Amino acid sequence: MTATTLVKLTMAQALNQALRDAMKADETVLMFGEDVGALGGVFRITDGLTAEFGEDRCFDTPLAESGIVGMAVGLAMNGMRPVVEMQFDAFGYPAFEQVVSHVAKMRNRTRGRVTLPMVIRMPYAGGIGGVEHHCDSSESYYAHTPGLTVVAPATVADAYTLLRKAIEHPDPVIFMEPKKLYWAKEEVDLSVEQPGIGTAVVRREGRDATLIAYGPTVPIALEAAEVAAADGRQLQVVDLRSIVPFDDETVCAAVRSTGRAVVVAEASGFASVSSEIVARVTERCFHSLAAPIRRVTGFDIPYPPPKLERHQLPGVDRILDAVDDLQWEDS
Amino acid sequence: MTTVEERLLPSAEPIQLIDQHGVPHDHPQYGLPSEQTLVDGYAQLVKGRRINDQAGALVRQGRLAVYPSSHGQEACQVAATMVLRDQDWLFPTYRDTVSIISRGVDPIETLTLLRGDWHSGYDPYQRNVAPQATPLATQLIHAVGVAHAARLKGEDTVVMALCGDGATSEGDFHEALNFAAVFKAPVVFFIQNNEYAISVPLARQTVAPSLAHKGIGYGVPGERADGNDLAGLLAVLGQAVDKARAGEGPQLIEAHTYRVQAHTNADDATRYRNDAEVAPWLERDPLKRLEAFLVERGLLGESLKKQVVAAADEAAEALRVGLMEEVQPDPAELFDHLYAEKTPQLKEQAAFLQDELAREEA
Repeated sequence: MTATTLVKLTMAQALNQALRDAMKADETVLMFGEDVGALGGVFRITDGLTAEFGEDRCFDTPLAESGIVGMAVGLAMNGMRPVVEMQFDAFGYPAFEQVVSHVAKMRNRTRGRVTLPMVIRMPYAGGIGGVEHHCDSSESYYAHTPGLTVVAPATVADAYTLLRKAIEHPDPVIFMEPKKLYWAKEEVDLSVEQPGIGTAVVRREGRDATLIAYGPTVPIALEAAEVAAADGRQLQVVDLRSIVPFDDETVCAAVRSTGRAVVVAEASGFASVSSEIVARVTERCFHSLAAPIRRVTGFDIPYPPPKLERHQLPGVDRILDAVDDLQWEDS
Repeated sequence: MTTVEERLLPSAEPIQLIDQHGVPHDHPQYGLPSEQTLVDGYAQLVKGRRINDQAGALVRQGRLAVYPSSHGQEACQVAATMVLRDQDWLFPTYRDTVSIISRGVDPIETLTLLRGDWHSGYDPYQRNVAPQATPLATQLIHAVGVAHAARLKGEDTVVMALCGDGATSEGDFHEALNFAAVFKAPVVFFIQNNEYAISVPLARQTVAPSLAHKGIGYGVPGERADGNDLAGLLAVLGQAVDKARAGEGPQLIEAHTYRVQAHTNADDATRYRNDAEVAPWLERDPLKRLEAFLVERGLLGESLKKQVVAAADEAAEALRVGLMEEVQPDPAELFDHLYAEKTPQLKEQAAFLQDELAREEA
């Protein structure tokens, strides 16, 4: 019998523990990128890994993201399981061609003969007062690319589980880390198995309407549900966890149970993951819907400077306003 | 003590061991390959030429969608693989069909991409040949990763990474050389400088003294060779592979050659260059000079020549027959290889297509 071991961890510490445990479990797991060695990463996610596993296992590279991802492709082709860090979301763009033309396509173009078990860790989204190019929500670019698996944890326990599963995954995973949640603390038992990639979970039950969120907007949706409950409205909250594959089953079952839904995402709304969710849920649940699905997303503008960012971020009030808008007078 | 320049800069002139008339020249640093190697190489050149020309004909007959020919560059194609061992890797581009076939990959599987029934048709692990790269220079970084993995595993594998002159303008060329140098990865970067990137001449790519000179900026030794002289290429590439294998890090080799034909059948070279420019390059043909040399040395008699030609004809015939066969790719396969396990969405879409096809047949 294993004793239950509750520990208080931040998401950053849970990610660090996941990397440490994965590197211990499998010596082909390599971690590399910019400042991930002696410094331990600008967010300290790789803290202590070089000291524990040596320069060959966790190392700094030249400052070139295309090179980092391209090198991971070659390492994965030759028996390794590379994990790379794109220091910030928007710094990942130089690697875009490698991701779209090679990482995503290698298995398909070689008819399954060459597979790329690799993880691209992407600290993403805003809410931390970051300056230009440090706060992009870039998940829609990757979700749009067939061949990629895209996940975004929102809890400390999921950060650990999903990163371990991403590293064990047979295919490349884009791992979106909501950086404003890096310092969120939770009491967790890491030995408890969480659901795997491809599975959404209902974080809060509620019969009146469904909030669909992922990554940085999950805590905000939960907060909104808390406020709504005080007003007598029960909001259900679904945490996607995995954007690709998308868990239609869980999301649609949730929306059917309430008949109303609001999608909450930090990224700009136009042609985005949030628009995809509205489209596919509407296609599947139209007859269960009492109102059109609403979205609370970032405006269609470049991410604002720190002093203006609060206007871009989905907040409790905007979510509750959207919920109020779900044609309650008809029911 | 050698200076940095002596260690990193290429020779003043491209290395040439046999000139265009078939006359051998001594070189202080590079020796002529063995007679047997040159005879074998000649047979591969003749076969490579036949494959190039046969594939061109098959495009005109509608059997291939497109064929970027290496006609005139066969010495580079053949030398790149002759210097490798079985455990080594080759990273080819779309113009390197002959190189892939001379590495031992099945010719029909090699041409799957250009025939259009799938993307990469061969198993890359069978002969350690990466899928042909169509984007420029992106594969050079993969080569660094494969080489670095081999070093981590304690293997003495060398990776031969091919690109053209146009690719040296891409950012990934720079990143690949820099990464390889920093990690001391055993990669030989082999540029076939054929003077053209579709219609754009080398002068619009760079004003560097030569492409091999680019190595000094990365601390990578550069060398250049006459790209139409198989003997010189074997000597230069052979030495580069030996150095990489010995742990001396990456090497950069530039071959000076020429794309005597258009970029592909879809291209019209008369719009950007004239015959007068091409003519002297036809005189520098890699086959002619090696044949003259071997005949002069008494190494290539009539009967051996007949054997070589017969083997090349046989290879061309195999291409013709193989590509005459009508292959009907299975549409269901479109969904099979994206992930180890199909996503629920792909399962739905595969079922949709199956249903649509069934209705078409009914």
